[in-house]
Parts: sequence; C-alpha cells; structure tokens
Amino acid sequence: MATSIPAQPATPRAATTGSKQSAGKIVSRVLFYLLVAVILFYTLAPFYWAIRSSFTGASELFATPISYFPHKPTFDNYAKVFENGDFRRALLNSTVVAGVVTLLALLFGSLAAYALGRFKFRGRTPVLYLILSMTMFPGIAILGALYALIKQFGLYNTLTALILTDLVFTLPFTVWVLSSFFKQMPGALEEAAYVDGATPFQTFYKVLLPLSAPGMVTTGLLAFIGAWNEFLFAVSFTATPDKRTVNPAILYFSGASGSSFDIPWGQRMAATVIVTIPIVVLVLIFQRRILAGLTAGAVKG
Amino acid sequence: MSQPVVTSQQAAAARSKPDTLTNQQRKTRLAWLFLAPSLIIIAIVAIWPLVQTLYQSFTDAILASPQPVHFVGLDNYKRLLQDISFRDSIATTVRFTLITVVFETILGMIIALVINSNFKGRGLMRTAMLVPWAIPTVVSAEMWQWMYNDVYGVIDDLLMKLHIISHPVAFLALPSTALPAVAAIDIWKTTPFMALLLLAGLQIIPSDVYEASKIDGANAVQQYFRITLPLLRPALMVALIFRTLDALRVFDVIYVVFGSRPDTMTMAVYNQQYIVNFSDLGYGTTISVAIFIIIAIFVVVYVTIFKVETD
Repeated sequence: MATSIPAQPATPRAATTGSKQSAGKIVSRVLFYLLVAVILFYTLAPFYWAIRSSFTGASELFATPISYFPHKPTFDNYAKVFENGDFRRALLNSTVVAGVVTLLALLFGSLAAYALGRFKFRGRTPVLYLILSMTMFPGIAILGALYALIKQFGLYNTLTALILTDLVFTLPFTVWVLSSFFKQMPGALEEAAYVDGATPFQTFYKVLLPLSAPGMVTTGLLAFIGAWNEFLFAVSFTATPDKRTVNPAILYFSGASGSSFDIPWGQRMAATVIVTIPIVVLVLIFQRRILAGLTAGAVKG
Repeated sequence: MSQPVVTSQQAAAARSKPDTLTNQQRKTRLAWLFLAPSLIIIAIVAIWPLVQTLYQSFTDAILASPQPVHFVGLDNYKRLLQDISFRDSIATTVRFTLITVVFETILGMIIALVINSNFKGRGLMRTAMLVPWAIPTVVSAEMWQWMYNDVYGVIDDLLMKLHIISHPVAFLALPSTALPAVAAIDIWKTTPFMALLLLAGLQIIPSDVYEASKIDGANAVQQYFRITLPLLRPALMVALIFRTLDALRVFDVIYVVFGSRPDTMTMAVYNQQYIVNFSDLGYGTTISVAIFIIIAIFVVVYVTIFKVETD
C-alpha cells in the first residue's frame, strides 16, 4: 500500500530550555535553514552547471575567466545535437528498449507476483528467495556467459539482446515489488469473485489487476528508469552507432565538428540535459509513487 | 510473511467444484503456471549464464572462436592468484566502496534528519532528492567531468576563488586525487537515495517515544544516540547492504570517466575488459566468479553482524 508519507512531528533538534529560549530558537532556525540551503545547493548546482553550459556558445564556454551565466544564451548546442542522426537514433533506441522491457516485466512479473502474493503452495518460499537474490545479482558476474549466448544466437549488436539482458534485473525486481503490493490487498473482493464463480485467472485480471494499478505504475516506472539508465550491457553488447542507446551514445559523443582535439562540451551538456528531461518529468509527476515503491521493498527488510 | 491467504476461498471453491484434484493441488498447479513465464525467463537470462560462467572458468574458451574448447582444470584460478592487476583492482574497488559508503551514510543521515523535521519546503526538498538518483550514471559522470575540467571547469574556479588551491588542479588526472574525485561523483548521485531510505526508516519511529524522553529530560544528542539510531538500525543495515553491493560492482562511473585506465580500474571494469576487449572468456569468467565470491563474502559478513546485533 502506498506508504505516502504523512506530515511528521519534528525530530529532536535544538532542545532549547531556559530564559534564552527565543534567541536560541531564532539562531537554531537560521542555522537549520542554512543547512537546508546548503543541501539544496549541493544537490542542484551540478544541474545548473549542465544547463548553463548547454546554453553557452563555444566562444564563451572555452574562455577564461569562466562566466557563471551565459551572456549570450544560444540554442546552438541543442540544434546541433538534434541534427546528429546517431543521437536521435539513440533516443529512439532507448525508448524502445526501456519501453519493451517495462511492458514485458509487468506482463510476466504481475502474473508471478500474483501467484507469490495471493497463493499458498509448496515451493513458494524458495521461489521468493530466488527472486530476492536475483534482485541483488551483480550483472558483471554473468557478462561473459551472456555475451557468448548472444553471439551464439546471432543477437550481438541488436536491440533484442539489450531487451533480453535488461530483464536480468528488471524482472526479478518487478516480481518482488509487485508481490508485496498483492500481498497487502484485502482478501474480501477476491473471495467475493470466487463465490460468484470466477476462475482464478478471471479473478486476477478483472478484480486484482485493476486494484493493483497504482502498484503497477510505480513498479513500471522504476523498471523503466532502471532500463533507461542501464549501461554495462548497453556498452558491451552493441558495436555500431545505430544500435546504441543514449548512455553509450553520450559516451561516444564527439559532435559534428569532427575535430578530435576539442571535446564539444556544450553539445555534450545539451545531450545530457535532453536525456535527463524525460526522467525528471517522470519523477516530478510520480514522486509519491516512486517513494512508496522504493521504500516498500527496502524498509521491511 | 506467509499468512493463510486463500483459506476461505478454498472452502468456497471446494463446495462448488468437486473434482479429482483437491483444491489445494489445483491452486498449486495454477500458481506454478503463473510463475512459469517469469521463471523460464530468469532461468534463460540469469541462471543458465551463471552455470555457464562457472563451467567456462575451468576452460580456455575464447569468445566466438571456432577453436575447440579445452578443459584446463584450475589453471585460470592459479593465474588469478598470481594476477597483480586484479589484486590492484580489488584494492581500488574496496577503497572506492569505503569512501563512498562512509560519506553517503553520514551525509544521507544528515539529509534524512533534516527532511524528517517539520519545515516549509520539505516536500520540495524530498522531490529534489529524487532527481540525482533518477538520472543515468553516464549523465552524472559527464556533468562532473566537465565541472572538473582544469581550464574551463567550475570546481577549480570556485576552489581558487575560495583560496583553497592556488593554481588549477586536474583532479581526475592526478593519480593521488583520481579515485576520491570520482568517488565524489558517486557520492553526489547516491547520497539522496541513501537519505530517502533512511528517511523511510525514521518515519516509522513513533513520535511518543521522543515525547516521553523529552519529559525525562533527554537532550537532542541523547535522543539521537539512545532512540533514533537504535530504532533506525534495520533501515540503516538494509541501506548499507544495498550501497555496499552497488559500490563493489561499480562499473559505469569509472568506465565513463577513466575508460580502462590501469590505476583506477575496479573489479568490474577489469573483468569487462577481459571479456569484451580481449574476448578471453575462460579467464574473464574466472574473474567473474571471483567477484561473485567477494561480494557474497561481504553479504555474509554484513548479515552475520546484523544477526549478532539483533539477538
């Protein structure tokens, strides 16, 4: 259930006593807000710098002393990035890979999670442990064998290879988080459906699936972000620009100028901003759900 | 964990459908049917490769090579024990893990305590914390690499303005500062996530415990060490395990910033190089097995410490 976080009472801070209370209180408030400001600055300043650099033309970007604000803001870098066919292709590839991975993980994962969350049967606990251990699985441990498998089936340098291998971590994660969502549902509706003569599968997709929509959205988002950000497999199993997802594409981004001496940092920053925007939008829209999903698995331990 | 979730349905179904199979048997069969697609996929993409990894580590297999594969016994493992570069990569990884996990825990704790207080704008702050966590590591690595630039970078400029350094320093290039500098990128990206995990732990501590201790005259520091920290221990432990596992297998940020630079290679980068660049499947998978074992040791140690503490 969405552990949306209620307003909490203040934690212990500056337990002020005695006559100097009000002065002490003001000082501690000021210090506290100073701390808040420092934390926000630390978290957000690098984004400001990327955005600032993406809107700065090359002549200003590569000049000293450096300017902290673009004097002549320009869309030049963005225009060049979008002119770059490889980068447009990479955006499309990433969308396809992350989208298909999310759909597959939700499709198969919700069925498995339903079985694990609502059924009692022998073998349930071992399967749960298997799934849990898979969620912590280091992808590097099977990189070689996966690589060999992919070559063997002629999938090297294809999006299919990335979709399949991304399921290594997204599917167990999806099953784990969704099964905790299913487990927390009230049993009454399900019972009513059974009494009305529904089969378990009908019960699943007519009663429980609609109820689990919030959980599906949360889990799907996290799976999408995971697949969108995946790098190890993406850089190991692709070779040509037309099959790259955005992460390796940014790494190999050399810009249109062709000069190997100056890295086009303005364009690189524009590319990182472009890649970041969809993720930030998703986070801003669904922040409560994401928080609930992140903590659902972790806190129960 | 395992409540009897279907008992009354079983009763209902048993009444309506007399069958040769008992109701429980039908349920079990159905459960496995629902599990089948996921288990098959996991078997193909994770378990089978894991078995293959173990097998290949005893062979001289070369990737996509027509040559026959020979069983070489423990040769790869003997080679691994002699491999100084791998030993260096373990040391680098452990240093990276120590630096990042310690800083992420301390900073994450401070941020979690701040967000857990009542103040205007805490919702905004919590949202801001999600952003570094959500962006790809490649993106954060690129952003910081540019900030670290020793001619046009903002970090050197700020440090010089603050008179902390007198001339520009190429933090990522210098062997002495390269690892801490790249660790700073990871700390920046992951501390917010740590804070959110700890925050979730803080929020399940009931407030009346604090009120009671306040009446007893406890100050803020006493409250933190006597109440908050002990009650937070499970959440802290889970967060520590997650972070340590992630740090031990770190690949993205190191690879993006340094490529295969020898003095900063972590275990995962070293391993990826053998598999992808050298196509040396036999030795590469041996390194994989070693990494797997090293990570498993860390998990066992953590879980054991945690068990001892809770008993």
